[in-house]
Amino acid sequence: METKPSDFRVSDVYADWCPGCGDFGIMNALQMAFAELNLQPHRTVIVSGIGCSGKEAHNVKANGVHTLHGRTLPFATGIKIANPELEVLAIGGDGDGLGIGVGHFVNTGRRNIDMTYIIHNNGVYGLTKGQAAPTLKRDLKTKSLPKPNINEAVNPIGLAIISGYTFAARSYAYDVKHLKDTIKQAIQHKGLAFVECLQPCPTYNDINTKEWYAGEDRKDAQGKSHSRLYKLEETGFDPEVRDWKQDLSKKMAALEKSEEWGDRIPIGVFYKKEYESTYEERVNNRIPFYRNRPPAKQKLSDERDFSAVDLSPFMEELKTS
Amino acid sequence: MDSINWMAGGPQGSGVDTAANIFGLACGYGGLNVFGRREYHSNIKGLHSYFHLRVANSEILANLNDVNLLAAFDAETVVRHAQEVVAEGGIIVDSQEVTTKMLDIPTLPPEFRTELREFMKTNDVGETLKDFLDYAQDNKVQVYPVPYIGLLNVIGKKLNIPQISRITRMINVLTIGVSFALLKYDRNLVERAVKATFSEKIAMMNILALNEAYDYAERTFTNNLKFRLNKTESKEERIYLTGNQAVAMGKVLGGCRVQTYYPITPAADESEYLEAHQILKTRGEDEAIVVIQTEDEIAAINSASGAALAGARAATSTSGPGFSLMAEGLGWAGNSEVPVVVTYYQRGAPATGLPTRHGQADLRFAMHAGHGEFARIVLASGDIKECFFDAAQAFNLAEKYQMPVIHLIDKAMANCSQTYPVFNYNGFKIDRGELLTEKDLVGQEYKRFRFTETGISPRAPLGTQNVVQWCTGDEHNEKGHISEEPLNRRQMMEKRMRKLELVDREVPIEDKLNFFGEESSEDIVVSWGSPKGAIIEALAMLKKEKYGIGFLQLRMLNPLPVDYVRKALAGKNRIIDVEDNYTGQLGGIIREKTGIASNFHILKYTGRPTTTTEIYHALKAVVTGKASARQVLTFGN
Repeated sequence: METKPSDFRVSDVYADWCPGCGDFGIMNALQMAFAELNLQPHRTVIVSGIGCSGKEAHNVKANGVHTLHGRTLPFATGIKIANPELEVLAIGGDGDGLGIGVGHFVNTGRRNIDMTYIIHNNGVYGLTKGQAAPTLKRDLKTKSLPKPNINEAVNPIGLAIISGYTFAARSYAYDVKHLKDTIKQAIQHKGLAFVECLQPCPTYNDINTKEWYAGEDRKDAQGKSHSRLYKLEETGFDPEVRDWKQDLSKKMAALEKSEEWGDRIPIGVFYKKEYESTYEERVNNRIPFYRNRPPAKQKLSDERDFSAVDLSPFMEELKTS
Repeated sequence: MDSINWMAGGPQGSGVDTAANIFGLACGYGGLNVFGRREYHSNIKGLHSYFHLRVANSEILANLNDVNLLAAFDAETVVRHAQEVVAEGGIIVDSQEVTTKMLDIPTLPPEFRTELREFMKTNDVGETLKDFLDYAQDNKVQVYPVPYIGLLNVIGKKLNIPQISRITRMINVLTIGVSFALLKYDRNLVERAVKATFSEKIAMMNILALNEAYDYAERTFTNNLKFRLNKTESKEERIYLTGNQAVAMGKVLGGCRVQTYYPITPAADESEYLEAHQILKTRGEDEAIVVIQTEDEIAAINSASGAALAGARAATSTSGPGFSLMAEGLGWAGNSEVPVVVTYYQRGAPATGLPTRHGQADLRFAMHAGHGEFARIVLASGDIKECFFDAAQAFNLAEKYQMPVIHLIDKAMANCSQTYPVFNYNGFKIDRGELLTEKDLVGQEYKRFRFTETGISPRAPLGTQNVVQWCTGDEHNEKGHISEEPLNRRQMMEKRMRKLELVDREVPIEDKLNFFGEESSEDIVVSWGSPKGAIIEALAMLKKEKYGIGFLQLRMLNPLPVDYVRKALAGKNRIIDVEDNYTGQLGGIIREKTGIASNFHILKYTGRPTTTTEIYHALKAVVTGKASARQVLTFGN
C-alpha cells in the first residue's frame, strides 16, 4: 500500500509545542520521509525520550513509544533486536541523548544496529525552562541562564563517528526538504544512522535563533544576509567509506568538518559506511535462523499450550547418572 | 551413613570450585545426594575461598556447621576452619606449611588477626600452624600432612614437566585424591568426575595426579578416618546444578527469548550460561534466546521492556546495585503495563556491601522500588527447584497481568550446588494472557489501554498488522497519549492497580506459599527465600524431640496472600520470623498487612547463609523458653 504524509498525521492529539518551534518542521519531515519511503505505520516505531522532542512520538501516526529521559536507545535496541523487521527510529533531545543518556549514545554505536537516531539540538533544556544543554557552546548566556555556560559543548557528530555509528549527518529543522532527505538517507542506511537536527528554540535560546542561522546579523554591503549553514554535498565533500583502507582518512575528514561552527556550519552527510556488519548480522552468525524467527516471532508452545521447549540437552549436561 | 561434610579451601584462583565440582560429581555418580555452599571474596586471586559440601544417602536441603574432612590447600584454610572440624574428623594439610607462623599469613584481615591472637592466648596455642594442629589433635581431630610439592615433583617427572610452577594448579586434585582415599570411596567414580570436568589432555594429567595422591594416602595413613563415604545403588536419575543454572533453564522453559544483563555478582553466571546454551531444542523447529550485554543496568531493564513491547518474552537479571539503577525503568514498565521479568539476586547490602556474600535485605526494596504507585508481582523462591519453576512461571504472570514481575533469589541459592531428581516439567503451560493477533483486530480501533472491568487491556505486540499504538511514561488515555485530566488519571490508576486484586484471586495458593508441618501446631515459623532448607531440616530434628512447629514459607510477597497468612497465624502461641536481614522485613510486612506481629525473630546478616545447626539451636531456644525475642546468628567464616 502506497502511503502519503497524511497517513502519518494524528488527528486526536494537539501538538503543544511553542509557536515557531523547530519540532513542527521535524514532525513534517518525518511524515514526508515515511511517506516517500512508503513505510507502513504499523511496522514503524518511533521511540522518543523526555522533553519537547519526546512528543514527536505522539504527533506522528506510527507506533509511538515515549520512554524515559535519556533511555530512547536502550528501548529502541530491545525493540529492534526482538523484531528486526520493524523500522525503528529513536528520537530525543540534546540533553536526553548527550547529557543523561550519553552512555547509551556511545555504547549503541558499538553495536551498529540497523536503526536511526535523531537528536534535536537546540542547545537548551526547553521543558524545564531553558537550562544549558550539553550542546550549548561555552560562555554563551541564553536568556534564562543566570550566568554564562561554564561547560564546553560536546560535538555530537564527532562523538557519533568515534563511537561507531556508521552514518552521521546534520540537518536543520527549518529546511524541511533537506531534513526529510537526510532522514530518508538515514533510514535507508544499513546500520546505525545518526542525524543531528539543528533547531532554534524560539522561547529559550535567544542566541542560536532562526535569524542567527539565517545570518541576518552579518549582512553584506548590499544588505543581503548569508546563511551560516552550508551544504556539504554542494562542496564536493564525499562522506562515503567504500573500503576499510579509506576509513581512517574519511573519519578524520568528517571529524574536521564536525568541528566547524560559528560563521560557517556544515549540514549534510559527514560519514557513511555500509560494509560494516550490523548487530543483527552478528546475531545471525550465531543464530542462523534469527532473521526468520527472531525472538518476537518464536512459537513458545504447542497446540495445547504446553511449553514447546525440550530441556533434555540441559539436563543431559547436568546429569549425575 | 548420616551425612558427610567435606570442605575444600584455598586462595582464590587455586581451583577450589573445580575441586568441589569434582567431589560433588563423584558423589553424585555414586548415587549420593549433595548440597554444596560456595564462599568467596570479591577478589580475583589470592584471598580465601572455600566450598562446603554435604553428602548423604537421603535428600539434603542445607548445610550443617560440621566439617568431617577439611581439605586445606593452604595454611589460611586451616586457621580459618579447623574449629569447624568435628571430633574424629580430619584435616588434610600441606606438610610444608606446618612451620608457617599463623600471624605471618599475609591475607588474614586485621579483624581476623585480632580474633586469632585472642584465641591463641586463651587456649595457650603457639605461633605456628603445627601448634594449631596440635591443639586440634588434642580435640580428637586427625591431621593428615601431605607433601604437595613432593607429590607434584613425582607427577612432573611422569608428565615430563620439569617446572613445578606449571602444575601447582593440581594441588586441588591432590587433596581430592587424599580425601577420597581417606573416605574409602570408589576411585573409578572420582576418575569419571575428573574426566567430566576437564578437556581430555588436562583430564589425563589430573587423573595421574589424583591416583598419585590416592596411592600416597593409602600407603601413608594408617590411622583410619572414622568417616566413610559409600556409594549407593540408587537408580534415580539426578541432576547436579546451581541456582543460577536452574533460573536459566526455567527462563528457557517459560519462553524467555531476550535476556539483557550488565555484569554483576552473583547474577551474571545465569546470563553467561544462557548465552552458552542459546540455541534451544524444541519439539518443532529450533529456537534461540538472544542475550544482550548492555552498558549498564538502566539499559538492561529498558531494552528488556523494549523487547517485551515487541512481543518477545524478555527478562533481565541483576543484583542490588543494578536493581537500584533499574528503579526508574521498573516504574516505566509499571506505568506502561509491560510484561518484563527481573531476576533479582540479593547479596550483602547496602551500597557495594558484601558483593560476593549472601543477604536477604531487599524484600521491601523489591516491593517498593520506583516512585509512585504501580502494580507489580514479587516472587521469592526458597530452593533451586523453586528457582526453576518460578523463573518459568514469572513470564506467565507478567504477560497475563501485564506488569513487571520481580523474582527474588539470593546469593546462597544462586551459588549453591545441589542434586535433584531430574525436573519433570512436562506439564508446564505457556499462558500469554490477552494477547491479540492480527485477526482479532480487523476493522477495530485499537486502544492499548482500553478500560476494562478486570483492568487488563488486550495487548498487541508492536508491529501487529492494522495496529498503531502508543505508550508513554506520562499518564495517558486509553490510546496511550499523554493526558493530565483528573478523571482519566483516576480511572487509569484504578485500572492498573486493580489488576493486583485479580492476581490475588486467580493465582492458586500453592503457587504463592508452602506450608510444612501441622497447621494446628501452637508455634509457627514464617520465612522466605533460602533459609527454607535449613528450617525444614531443623524442624524435622525438633519433631523427633516432640516439638511440633509449623512453617509458612511465603513465595508470593506481592500481592501477599493476606487472608491465608492471617488464618495461618491467628491464635498461634509463638510466631517466629526467620530471615537473613537486620530488620525482619517479612515479619514487618506481615504485621502491616494482617495486624499480626511475630513475637520472635531469628535473624542473620553476616553475609553467610543460615545452617540447619544454627536454626535448630535458635528454634529450640525459642520453644524451650530460653530465647530472647531477637536472636542474631553468626556462624560461618
